[in-house]
Amino acid sequence: MSEIAIQVNHLGKHYRIGAMREPYGTLHDSLVSLVQAPFRALSGNGLRGAKQDFWALQDVSFQLNEGAVLGIIGRNGAGKSTLLKILSRITEPTTGRVELSGRVGSLLEVGTGFHPELTGYENIYLNGAILGMTRAEINRKLDEIITFAEIEKFLQTPVKYYSSGMYMRLAFAVAAHLEPEILLVDEVLAVGDAAFQKKCLGKMGDVAKEGRTILFVSHNMNAIQRLCSRCILLEQGHITAYGSTADVVSQYLAMGRLDAAPSTWIDASRLSRRGTGQVRVEALSYSSDDPTLAQRPYPKGPLEFMLNVFSDNARTISSLAVTIYDKFSTKLVNVDTLASGESVPLNQGSNLVRVRIQQLNLNPGQYIVGWWLGEPIGAEYDYVEAGLHLEVIERQRERQFGIRPASDGIVPCDFQVTRVD
Amino acid sequence: MFTDRASSLPTDAQKIKPKQIIEPKRGWAALNLKEIVPYRELLYFLTWRDIKVRYKQTAIGAAWAILQPFLTMIVFSIVFGRLVGVSSDGVPYPLFSFAGLLPWTFFATALGHSGTSLVSNSQLISKVYFPRLILPIAAVIPAVVDFAIAFVFLIGLLLWYGITPSATIVTLPLFLLLAFVTVLGVGIWLSALDVKYRDIRYLIPFVTQFWLFVTPVAYPSSYIPAQWRALYALNPMVGVVEGFRWALLGQSFDIGGMIFVSAAVSFAILITGLFYFRRMERQFADLI
Repeated sequence: MSEIAIQVNHLGKHYRIGAMREPYGTLHDSLVSLVQAPFRALSGNGLRGAKQDFWALQDVSFQLNEGAVLGIIGRNGAGKSTLLKILSRITEPTTGRVELSGRVGSLLEVGTGFHPELTGYENIYLNGAILGMTRAEINRKLDEIITFAEIEKFLQTPVKYYSSGMYMRLAFAVAAHLEPEILLVDEVLAVGDAAFQKKCLGKMGDVAKEGRTILFVSHNMNAIQRLCSRCILLEQGHITAYGSTADVVSQYLAMGRLDAAPSTWIDASRLSRRGTGQVRVEALSYSSDDPTLAQRPYPKGPLEFMLNVFSDNARTISSLAVTIYDKFSTKLVNVDTLASGESVPLNQGSNLVRVRIQQLNLNPGQYIVGWWLGEPIGAEYDYVEAGLHLEVIERQRERQFGIRPASDGIVPCDFQVTRVD
Repeated sequence: MFTDRASSLPTDAQKIKPKQIIEPKRGWAALNLKEIVPYRELLYFLTWRDIKVRYKQTAIGAAWAILQPFLTMIVFSIVFGRLVGVSSDGVPYPLFSFAGLLPWTFFATALGHSGTSLVSNSQLISKVYFPRLILPIAAVIPAVVDFAIAFVFLIGLLLWYGITPSATIVTLPLFLLLAFVTVLGVGIWLSALDVKYRDIRYLIPFVTQFWLFVTPVAYPSSYIPAQWRALYALNPMVGVVEGFRWALLGQSFDIGGMIFVSAAVSFAILITGLFYFRRMERQFADLI
């Protein structure tokens, strides 16, 4: 019978929204609010505005046995990182209790504390110490770290002269040689080129096989499925699914998304979203221009979204973005008025907004559409990370030119292959 | 549920595992300073980092440690020594002011770094756990190195004037310790406040400047009327600077009472600072 490594009971973390927007006050603010406080109490309505509660995590309980690898998935803002921060003691929970048995190492970021002026060699020691390794431990692992990072020649060079690839390799190499009994990992595989990511993933797999207890947060469903036997799905601070990775991942991928045919209005009002809601997408539709394909999008064809945007007031918003993700939540396409420098004038009430992609450079496959409406600095009106399933289909006509290999990449391109000798 | 992997861990199972409990805490926490002990290597490396990068890409490097108090000594000697004619209790004025500037420069430099140490290392605080107290402590130590370098210059100055230090010099380490306690206490207070109120980083240079005038660096504290000296000594740097000078030059002027008052204030600042820091510590990652 194996022992319990992590026991989490009714964990909760509470923030004040006001405090999140303005993470630190100034003396002036404190003095002003000190003066205002009695008046606010008298008028009675100020208090409600001042204390907007937000639970980043609520009533989260689970337990993990020694040697298990648990994946934590969920959308941005679901509380994944908050959970890891509490477990690694960076921030304190508001409610609940955690029992950890064993040395805890956390890897919320690679290269934490790297100093650009110090050499690679010096940074290995500094970063190692920051991650909780002793000097003796680093001495013992030094050769391994240097070999893994492939930086032998640049060991005595300040890391500010490193290429970003070298920098990431070194940073990950140090982190990968951490040997705690419990390892908390947040999204560190999202860095570097594909070859390096593969190497990191392999290393993580080795670490998992060594029998360490691992909590692994990622958006990369591939990595989650390779490394974790079980998963937790977090939604708005609550655990909404807990079980085998395959089940939880498929639940996550299907979560809240709308499946609908092109050229029909799709009600978006019940999607899980973030933002003030002063401006929001109430319904949308999409289509390509080809009736023979039933308006379904196809590679290198146009794609048009119609958004029914509600606004509580007449206003002009500077960022209206429609984003297309792949199934691993990698952002593929971002159509943002901010990038084109346009702003969108809206009337009070309903508005119809057309978003047209002239040429959709995506190969056939399943994609997810989300959107963001707001101001780059300040207001976030409406944010839906995953709103709509979008299938890009293969166009019949293209078939005539040859057989498409199944292993096509995501992005189509025009190309010629010619013998030139 | 997860029993399958446990069998591969025969050695680990025999080890005694440290058990940690994470729970919300409220109010004033116990100081629990021994928590720092397992992190002493991190303290060492952070200090080492600060020393190492301090004079990187400067033309004259560690000579800055001497140049700063030296140039101030020149200015003081001209303005206060010559023009104003400040008495220096029978010691050559340049030596008198340098002996005061040495602990003062240590204080000012260390305070500047220590007071902003948490916010300057915000990326560490938001990504890794370690006792946060390490940061303001680690920020003070490099100033000790500067102090040691400038101290060599002071010895040269003593030789130049042909002055033999009195036997009281054996008490010098005590006053260095007092200086350390003072700057650590103030630094801990300010660093914790700086997380919440970023005004602090703008306040520190100004306060330091003001503080210099109420500290007997350019003038002897014998200028202060006797009945005001106890009040004057509430400034903990009075005890540090006067004590330092006394240990080095053995002045006859009686400073015993003032040093006692200053030392008491220094320790009070440190202890209250530690408690305040501990109380605020748990919010640092959320505020920073």
